[in-house]
Amino acid sequence: MSSGQTLVMAEHDGTQLAASVYRSITAAQQFGQHVSVLVIGAGITQVAREAAMINGVQRVLQVDAVTLQHPSAEQISHIVLQMANAYEVLLAAHSSWSKNFLPRVAALLDVGMVSDVLHIIVPRTYQRSVYAGNLLSTVQSQDEQQVLTVHASKFKLASLSQTSAVIERLTVTGSPVPVRWISQTLNQSPRPPLASAKVVVSGGRALGSAERFEAVLAPLANQLQAAIGASRAAVDAGYAPNDLQVGQTGVVVAPALYIAVGISGAIQHTYGMKDSQVIVAINQDPEAPIFQMADYGLVGDLFSVIPALTAALSQANIN
Amino acid sequence: MNVLVAIKRVVDYNIKVRAKPDGSAVDIAGVKMSVNPFDENAIEAALQLKEQGVVSHITVVTIGPNSHQDSLRHALAMGADDALLIETDEVLQSLGVAKVLKQLVDTMQPQLVLLGKQAIDDDAGQTGQMLAALLNYPQATYASHIEINGLEATVVREIDGGTETIAIHLPAVITADLRLNEPRFVKLPQLMLARKKQINTVPLASLDLDTRQRLIQLRVEEPPPRAAGIMVDSVDALVSQLIKHEGIFA
Ligand SMILES: Cc1cc2nc3c(=O)[nH]c(=O)nc-3n(C[C@H](O)[C@H](O)[C@H](O)COP(=O)(O)OP(=O)(O)OC[C@H]3O[C@@H](n4cnc5c(N)ncnc54)[C@H](O)[C@@H]3O)c2cc1C
Repeated sequence: MSSGQTLVMAEHDGTQLAASVYRSITAAQQFGQHVSVLVIGAGITQVAREAAMINGVQRVLQVDAVTLQHPSAEQISHIVLQMANAYEVLLAAHSSWSKNFLPRVAALLDVGMVSDVLHIIVPRTYQRSVYAGNLLSTVQSQDEQQVLTVHASKFKLASLSQTSAVIERLTVTGSPVPVRWISQTLNQSPRPPLASAKVVVSGGRALGSAERFEAVLAPLANQLQAAIGASRAAVDAGYAPNDLQVGQTGVVVAPALYIAVGISGAIQHTYGMKDSQVIVAINQDPEAPIFQMADYGLVGDLFSVIPALTAALSQANIN
Repeated sequence: MNVLVAIKRVVDYNIKVRAKPDGSAVDIAGVKMSVNPFDENAIEAALQLKEQGVVSHITVVTIGPNSHQDSLRHALAMGADDALLIETDEVLQSLGVAKVLKQLVDTMQPQLVLLGKQAIDDDAGQTGQMLAALLNYPQATYASHIEINGLEATVVREIDGGTETIAIHLPAVITADLRLNEPRFVKLPQLMLARKKQINTVPLASLDLDTRQRLIQLRVEEPPPRAAGIMVDSVDALVSQLIKHEGIFA
């Protein structure tokens, strides 16, 4: 198979593309092929238009139907499979959305999938992390067709184009096994989204309660216009909602500034933040492993350090 | 209702693994191995469904050499009813595992297949979804809550930004997230009893499936270390360091 075609499956919220789509298009261009973008949803003309304005996109495929308001993995893979044969590469940014359906597509194409690619070394040879980021593995796919998710923060944002690519509306036939969608609870927060925030303030078990988590970290986050993150211990204890968990089994972030507060620095946590540009750690234990990662470490009691830091940043007029 | 739980034996999550000096493979010689943590959540979910009277029989399966029996014994000690080893010295990847499990499901016909959402060694997170697709069963991944009523499972899923609740018709595949439950501790007497239990073994070769590796590992290496940082002794010292960095503030 060498159709010379790459298909990018694009995540969106019904009105806007996820920022990671712009990065996945940069990754897609490394295959040196014609790039099409697939958008699936209900009433998503605006999203399709947005995708058509991204540099490097030759064509947008819009699958738009009322039944696709909350498409299941079964529905999405059913749609992708109807067009998959025309593509040599099927790619999406790694997220809980893409990793839910793309393995289904790969299995039904009888292709081994590559998850969360950090670097496309040459087409079909990739670097990805294993063992919670402890090791980097270079793998070569033996399949003709390539199915992969890419680690968005490792790829640059694609720029906007002056002209729009063509948008084709497609209809799909048949329907997969039924899944009844009941509800979604998205944690609404006035703060920037964790995955793409420029500054992240994360709290660990040491915060001790949901009230203190909020009371100590919110003023600092507000001062820095930062997103709030958490360790698994803090999430499990109910100090913070699950979607704020940073790490191997949570969100992976790479902000310009990451401030770890009362977090010990287990590898499962550091996997999710070690690509941050500047890491600050505040911990009362001078032996805490987090200090080995930190650009700046401060040993102290977070309950006095964080309010003092918030005040000092405000004094220095940093926001 | 019968449940099949698929588990993987992996390097224990507390171990910091290294690459072999020649970069050919991960050095796991003599390293402590455990049941993949997410798979323990899957076993625990099956046990709780059994305690609720929803499930009557739990079979655990793993694929690997004879040494992987210890993972099955751990599951038996937790309370699984019987255990199956698909024996091979080959290392299977997600697609190969999904094909093997599909064949087992076709013969055993469980109403529910439970797996962990990912294995902490290769971090691929594909097997459950691949299996559901091959079986044409509905799937619910990243489950943090499962409720079964008759032939319908209502599952709360952890997704980026929050949670989602879906209802799927059984038979189905569900993958477990860590917050689904707290896996029970295995006590020594249970482990002793589990040692005596029979483990059924089927050679992988007898299944006659294409389970070859689709991804060949060319090299494995340690990531470049971060440049050493500095310790500061006061909040003011920290702030004066931070303001030297351009563009780190929003
Ligand atoms: C399969 C698996 C997946 C996992 N995935 C993740 C994941 O995605 N993300 C994640 O974060 N974890 C994950 N974990 C858990 C991880 O191993 C650690 O248990 C967890 O990160 C610890 O959280 P913590 O640092 O908040 O808590 P602890 O390790 O308990 O650390 C608390 C820290 O606070 C410090 N402290 C206490 N009081 C104060 C004070 N007053 N002032 C300053 N410092 C103080 C202590 O010195 C200590 O270092 C996973 C584990 C497993 C097994």
